[in-house]
Amino acid sequence: MADTHTAGRTATGPQRPPLRRPDARSLVRPAVIAVLLLFVLFALPQLLSLYYIGAMTQVAVYAIVALGLGVLVGRVGLVSLGQVAVLAIGAWVAARLLFATSLPYPVVLLGAGVITMVLGTLIGLPALRLRGLYLALITLMLAGGITVALATTNFPNGGSGFLGYNGSSVHIPPIRRPSIAASDPAYFRYSVLVAALMFLLVLAHIRTRPGRAWAAIRQSELTALAAGINTTLYKLWAFALASFITGVAGGVLAGAIHYLYSIDFPTQDSITLLAVVLMGGAYSLWGAVVAALLYQLLPALLNNWGVSSDWLTILFGIGVLQVLTTAPAGLADQVPKDLGRLGRLLRRRVLPGRVLPGRVPRKRLRGPSQSGGGAG
Amino acid sequence: MSGSRAIEVDGLTVRFGGVTSLDGMSLTFEDGTCGLIGPNGAGKTTFFNVLSGFVRPAGGTVRAFGEDLLSIVHFRRARWGVRRTFQTEQAIEELSVFDNVALVYEHAKLSGASRRQDVLGAISFAGLEVDPYATVRTLGAGERRLVEVARAVVGRPKLVLLDEPAAGLPDEETEHLGEVIRRIPEQTGALTILVDHDMSLVSACCETTAVLDFGKLIASGPTAEVLRDDRVIRAYLGTAEFQ
Repeated sequence: MADTHTAGRTATGPQRPPLRRPDARSLVRPAVIAVLLLFVLFALPQLLSLYYIGAMTQVAVYAIVALGLGVLVGRVGLVSLGQVAVLAIGAWVAARLLFATSLPYPVVLLGAGVITMVLGTLIGLPALRLRGLYLALITLMLAGGITVALATTNFPNGGSGFLGYNGSSVHIPPIRRPSIAASDPAYFRYSVLVAALMFLLVLAHIRTRPGRAWAAIRQSELTALAAGINTTLYKLWAFALASFITGVAGGVLAGAIHYLYSIDFPTQDSITLLAVVLMGGAYSLWGAVVAALLYQLLPALLNNWGVSSDWLTILFGIGVLQVLTTAPAGLADQVPKDLGRLGRLLRRRVLPGRVLPGRVPRKRLRGPSQSGGGAG
Repeated sequence: MSGSRAIEVDGLTVRFGGVTSLDGMSLTFEDGTCGLIGPNGAGKTTFFNVLSGFVRPAGGTVRAFGEDLLSIVHFRRARWGVRRTFQTEQAIEELSVFDNVALVYEHAKLSGASRRQDVLGAISFAGLEVDPYATVRTLGAGERRLVEVARAVVGRPKLVLLDEPAAGLPDEETEHLGEVIRRIPEQTGALTILVDHDMSLVSACCETTAVLDFGKLIASGPTAEVLRDDRVIRAYLGTAEFQ
């Protein structure tokens, strides 16, 4: 996977300044993200029908799930095929807490996150010994086990006892939402805010000590050990973080769809999830958003157009092949690159000989592989 | 803790199934830079892996600066002061040069009073003339090797293990690397062990050299004498000595 990156190697000479701290360019990104977030929070609910608002709420939920899987696969190099089962655990815990208590919603989400974190980290224990295919298989088996257990216990529906399931109840009460976000558009905003917080949490990990430790572990566990990294601790930490945010996502999902059934969490969905995470881009945070759009918005669109969503299975299959052969960093990396290339090509074709001021060369400072390339 | 500043290896034996990689190796590495040479498969990297804690020996002891090194858990050895580079260069691609070095600093639990200064100091000690915030992925092979060297000298290393640091480098870069390696003991006070097949690099850097062949120590002493030793020449040329 690394080969494509090293291809862009450059002769970094001593002519560069010895120290370059983040400059104005690094302020553009947060600004763009803020504008985008405001648009999603305030404009999007006005533009969309209730059908698509529901779909976009699911996108927010699955963006968190995809983010968790992205941490495991993209950052630490651990392939888990059990994330949808972890999501189901989070949803179960949240539903149970919501029926049993009148705790505020954020507390319930936190509780679901913490309990899922403990259980999810247990699922991650085999990762201390296994990697790659074998770890993937073990997590898939565990996910299968969880699915079977949930099919037996069912999701809480307002009954009594530890399981909170009443099989004979006719009028099943819906799982409640926070009072400030009872309507669908309001709940959509709520979901997006929770998702944004989870992204910030992951970002805070990646930019600091654990992120550096994970990068070392992903490249080589022996190198990490030689650098003094407690690889056991940091691998479990990755599983704990992924499980925590996935548990929170489960809590958001519970409120979003009001009624939970074990049939909503089939084991094979974890495999599809891995496929879309790879397609979206496991190495970038944007990749998780792209993955969630592929996973939840695309089926909603096809549904609306009357196209069978079975086509998606084929599309995702092709997509994974494409990722494995040509674009290891996924769409989140490939699309901006390709758009940039297309833009330069168009400019050269449409405005031959005209020099565009400032912006173009600045942008290309960091991408030496593209400069001089593409003769036309 | 005695005042001993040596690595005393006694009867070190490592077996992988039926293969004996190290066969009762006994040797004391004194202060400074020591060379460790031998044909491929002689057990040099295995010896480093024992010191790093990746391989558990079947027998023998290693006393480092008076302490029982083998009783320390592998990831804690960096904190104790073991640093190493790998035969295949292992600078971490997706991190910046600074973060590559800071990684060791923070995980070896060194006091963080002057983290930034220490990290930048290690980078400049290695003679890396690149932007410390550049990603390692954008560097050339020689520069990546120097990132590894910077990682090996940051903090207060006691024992620096260099496993074929010059493999695959052009002569000019090997020469620069040699100069850096020569300065490690005086700059950091660490005992340095250099494994390499480039005899000119070993001669230039090491006062003493030990030779391994089939897991056995066949010679050790001042580098120039060792390199003239008949047994060493035969081991390298592959002539069987024992009948």
